[in-house]
Amino acid sequence: MSVWEVFRRERKGQPLEHAGSVEAPDANFAEAWAREQYGRRGESVALWLVPRDAIRDVEDWADEFDLKYRRVDGYSIKARLKEARERAGTAGPG
Amino acid sequence: MNEQALLGLADDELVLGWRDSEWTGIAPLLEEDVAFSSIAQNEIGHARAVYSLLSDDPDALAFDRALEEYRCAPLVELHVLEWAHTIARRWLYEVADEIRITTLKDDSDPAVAGLAAKIDREEAYHRMHAEMWHERLRDEPRFEAAVEELWPYALGVLPPELRGELVSRVGLAEVEAIERGTHTEELAPLWEEMTLVRRSAPAGAQW
Repeated sequence: MSVWEVFRRERKGQPLEHAGSVEAPDANFAEAWAREQYGRRGESVALWLVPRDAIRDVEDWADEFDLKYRRVDGYSIKARLKEARERAGTAGPG
Repeated sequence: MNEQALLGLADDELVLGWRDSEWTGIAPLLEEDVAFSSIAQNEIGHARAVYSLLSDDPDALAFDRALEEYRCAPLVELHVLEWAHTIARRWLYEVADEIRITTLKDDSDPAVAGLAAKIDREEAYHRMHAEMWHERLRDEPRFEAAVEELWPYALGVLPPELRGELVSRVGLAEVEAIERGTHTEELAPLWEEMTLVRRSAPAGAQW
């Protein structure tokens, strides 16, 4: 038995999204079971089945130098905006 | 196709749907549980469609008849809560049913032919499922024994003129069929359960 990751397309033109997985002895069983679990109520127009072994998993991210300023959410401008508004004498949205 | 034969088809689908749904929640694998239950539900849907061709009240046809009036083949009545037998029956039934549905698609009545084509499109997945399991289990002695045991029953699903094709597709010698028209003892408890709610409802109950 091996695990197959199932991706489904909900409607034509939409991207495939991860739906879940099935554990199956071969590709045919994986297809049959994925069809029933992810397609029998018309909730998908396409399925992709990918053996989990074929997936390269990337999840370690080094952040030794605290590079969060590179991200939008890592850089708060709220306090500075408030100061700037006070200097300019205009009331902000609160 | 005559009405009795259509009723036989509908009763086969209803009763096999019931039998297969007995696996819901207890199938050997979770994924198979979902798939098997879905197939069982489809079969009951096919029964409903055929009953609707025969009557304005498909529920009455499905559940209000006396036990003796059911036209199902003994194959579908058997209570076989054992996986090798269950898959052997599923596979034999699907092969026989494909032969039957193929002839129905050429029926002179366009309503019958149209419905047969519609059922056939869904049965394609059932056949894929049955064939996949057959491929996997075909060399297992337990499965082979189950197929042999059920073989006379499988022949009884089809009328005599269609059995030759079943013989060549399954690859077993033709034996005396266990014919439709008499019931096994195993139908009575199923009938009791299947019709219980309808029988216990007060007259005129609306659902």
